[in-house]
Amino acid sequence: MARYDRAITVFSPDGHLFQVEYALEAVRKGNAAVGVRGTDTVVLGVEKKSTPAPRLPIVSLDTHIALACAGLKADARVLINRARIECQSHRLTVEDPVTVEYITRYIAGLQQKYTQSGGVRPFGLSTLIVGFDPYTGVPALYQTDPSGTFSAWKANATGRNSNSMREFLEKNYKETSGQETVKLAIRTLLEVVESGGKNIEIAVVTKEHGLRQLDEAEIDAIVAEIEAEKAAAEAAKKAPSKDT
Amino acid sequence: MKLDLSGLQSFPSIPGSAVDDLGEDLFAAPSFQLPACSDFDGFQKDAIQMVKPAKGTTTLAFIFKEGVIVAADSRASMGGYISSQSVKKIIEINPYMLGTMAGGAADCQFWHRNLGIKCRLHELANKRRISVTGASKLLANILYSYRGMGLSVGTMIAGWDEKGPGLYYVDSEGGRLKGTRFSVGSGSPYAYGVLDSGYRFDMTVEEAAELARRAIYHATFRDGASGGVASVYHVGPDGWNKLSGDDVGELHYKYYPVAPTPVEQEMTDAPAA
Repeated sequence: MARYDRAITVFSPDGHLFQVEYALEAVRKGNAAVGVRGTDTVVLGVEKKSTPAPRLPIVSLDTHIALACAGLKADARVLINRARIECQSHRLTVEDPVTVEYITRYIAGLQQKYTQSGGVRPFGLSTLIVGFDPYTGVPALYQTDPSGTFSAWKANATGRNSNSMREFLEKNYKETSGQETVKLAIRTLLEVVESGGKNIEIAVVTKEHGLRQLDEAEIDAIVAEIEAEKAAAEAAKKAPSKDT
Repeated sequence: MKLDLSGLQSFPSIPGSAVDDLGEDLFAAPSFQLPACSDFDGFQKDAIQMVKPAKGTTTLAFIFKEGVIVAADSRASMGGYISSQSVKKIIEINPYMLGTMAGGAADCQFWHRNLGIKCRLHELANKRRISVTGASKLLANILYSYRGMGLSVGTMIAGWDEKGPGLYYVDSEGGRLKGTRFSVGSGSPYAYGVLDSGYRFDMTVEEAAELARRAIYHATFRDGASGGVASVYHVGPDGWNKLSGDDVGELHYKYYPVAPTPVEQEMTDAPAA
């Protein structure tokens, strides 16, 4: 007899919530996603998997907020719809656009609710949420995960090979602005993804222009720039030894 | 026929989750069965007329260069009986926002306190103060959900937030207006006369306070339902503070001092018989 009041997420004897941890596994199998915060720009990048699995592009939650996620795409659709409604509902009740922190808190709260209710399973996705505070203009990057925790980041990665991307960011992150921020995001993705515009999708959020998706040609151009810089760095390393 | 208030509720929580109970108690809008009668509008009008106390009061508020001035009288009347001369009609929602009271005293007091709670919760949740726009919208949404049920509230929400000074008029019909000059109550026509003719955007705080005081005084002079004490508050970037509270009787003799008339003949006591 099915007992719908029985929670699917229960504690294990040593204090783990296995369903949440399994959900994190699902995230680790999702496509790679990276987010970088600059002084005047925030950039989101996702890997476009060549397999026929349906891919969810980087989406906007409001005119000043964008979201990328890694994990189960169907769950993502549900979460994104709820977040979009909440953004508009907030505008209606307080006549103000949401702050990035508010909508992150809402999404994380939603994810947490599903770890503590009967008959439901946790959402199998982690999100990267970027945007600008509507009044102070300060850029922000937040990450949520299936357990419902969220925190602010200068840069972070999630999904497939997120550890390698994070290592790269830890070594190479510095305060950037404008195009430099975009380059840093692409360089991070290139660590784990085959290079080329057709395997990467990038969205840039600025205060003036809101969310803008870069098209393949633009990405290819930047990738070419990065390759050229790498080659120049290699050559510079070799050149001094030649002189001796 | 049931009123559909779902648009005012936040997204319904999933079944079985108990975490939203507190929120639901505070923020849920009520819904109930309406009577099935042929002329519902007429019925509503009659019902409102029965319960609606006349908004016997004078309150005003205006925005100027240095912030917002809020002023009110202090008389409470029940028909022709003056029940109190010392009612606080300017309600302190929080240290940077004021609300005025016109209409039902209990309604205004209760809903302003409730608004104060909501503003504080917003501050705690979002680590920043709520804007005057947001606060007035919260109140207007609540009053709208009680529309037709006999609430009588004609209030102005005045405050100073990130956008500068803010002033909104909110009433129990569900109306909400943004503006720079408002006066509410039975004495408002008289107050408007003085306020509108004396208003300038760049006044000093003292000049603006004196304008507000005069406007309230003139309203109390002509309107029987207004009187008592004219209180004047100022809302600046650091919050509100009370500037004065003068008895309107004394203000009358201050503005129009009685000149001693020259006496032609003095009466003398009759010599004791």
